[in-house]
Amino acid sequence: MSIWEYANPVKFIRTADVLLPWVTVAAVICLVTGLVWGFFFTPEDFRQGSTVKIIYLHVPAAMMAINAWLMMLLASLIWIVRRHHVSALAARAAAPIGATMTVIGLVTGAIWGQPMWGTWWAWDPRLTVFLILFLFYLGYMALWEAIEDDDTAADLTSILCLVGSVFALLSRYAVQFWNQGLHQGSSVLRAGAVTGTDTTEKVSNVYFMPLLVSGIGFVLLFLALVLLRTQTEIRARRSRALLARERSA
Amino acid sequence: MIALLTRDLRLAVRAGGGFGLGLAFFLIVTVLVPFGVGPQTDLLTRIAPGILWIGALLACLLSLDRIFALDWEDGSLDLLATAPLPMEGIVSVKALAHWITTGLPLVLAAPALGVLLNLAGPGYLWLFVSLALGTPALSVIGTFGAALTVGLKRGGLLMSLLVLPLYVPTLIFGAEVARRGAEGLAVQTPLLMLAGISFGVAALLPFASAAVLRINLR
Repeated sequence: MSIWEYANPVKFIRTADVLLPWVTVAAVICLVTGLVWGFFFTPEDFRQGSTVKIIYLHVPAAMMAINAWLMMLLASLIWIVRRHHVSALAARAAAPIGATMTVIGLVTGAIWGQPMWGTWWAWDPRLTVFLILFLFYLGYMALWEAIEDDDTAADLTSILCLVGSVFALLSRYAVQFWNQGLHQGSSVLRAGAVTGTDTTEKVSNVYFMPLLVSGIGFVLLFLALVLLRTQTEIRARRSRALLARERSA
Repeated sequence: MIALLTRDLRLAVRAGGGFGLGLAFFLIVTVLVPFGVGPQTDLLTRIAPGILWIGALLACLLSLDRIFALDWEDGSLDLLATAPLPMEGIVSVKALAHWITTGLPLVLAAPALGVLLNLAGPGYLWLFVSLALGTPALSVIGTFGAALTVGLKRGGLLMSLLVLPLYVPTLIFGAEVARRGAEGLAVQTPLLMLAGISFGVAALLPFASAAVLRINLR
């Protein structure tokens, strides 16, 4: 029993069929609980008012925007090293989801920033880096679309993903050097805050619990969407292969 | 390798007129900027380093598809791939040839164009230095982009989309050197970072470009 068994598309589809309803239901439960709890049953912040509640969308979406790229990086590596087609298709399936998460993070940030910072957009390092990450997603998806041969496309996009990861990381530090930020530091998980010694700069538990639930919900949502989209990709490829076989017969 | 380099240089200079094109583009962009932002000299002085860097970057981008496209069309790229020269070497030489025909003229022309934008006194030296250090990185990264899109019919626009995000760190540090130099601030940190990017990219990226080219020639 090893994880590589799931590189078999048939086995993958069968397992995904079993998992998908459960993951979907769990994602919906977590998202509904986390968001309803966060939006309606937490107190308003004494300085930010009700705008603080956008954190339940903004932080998990931003987190998943980065994690989706990491997942694509991992899947690309697996494709390059072990040539499992499911892996390449999973990377392809994750890209639009990651791009959407990036947009959600940017848009919710702008909506929050308008009343709080007095501006929709600032050339702050974190904001800028997310915009650049979005451009990387666009380029990656465009390259997948542009190349007709499946294996060539998988190879080229994997290498683009690897090179892009290095440059995305490089951009992150370059941008930090370039401009000092307006965006606050992370206040969700902080070393002193976990042990309870540093309470001034940490998100209060009142906000943290629903944030945790909605974060888990976003992870499950991502998982469900990736499973579904990968299944779709596999089936689309199979139907194309069947059509080609019929034509040639 | 030297034979390949001289061949590429000769082709670039003699055939097709691609040689001066990047330079002319750079000139036109620089001339257009004052029309866009207005002729106030103090404003131009402030934005000159950034504009010149962006102009050089775009001029570099414009000529990228020439790196492999012609060789791909007439099949000489296949011949090169079967030659005893390793693919990494071919890619590096191509990038070098692109830099000599596009990057170097831009570096030499930039101070002259700085006069048009009323660049501050100490800025000329640092603009020259930062472009001299930065344009090789632009050529090498661009070669990677050109190798990615070599087989595509209309790859030009796609290549811009792929290459421009990769140009971000080089542009940030390069323009920062020029800006700080023009304002008389210390330039050491961004200069070292820019040099690091150039050398790191020149050392590592040819392997990725070669891998990509091999896939495309398959």
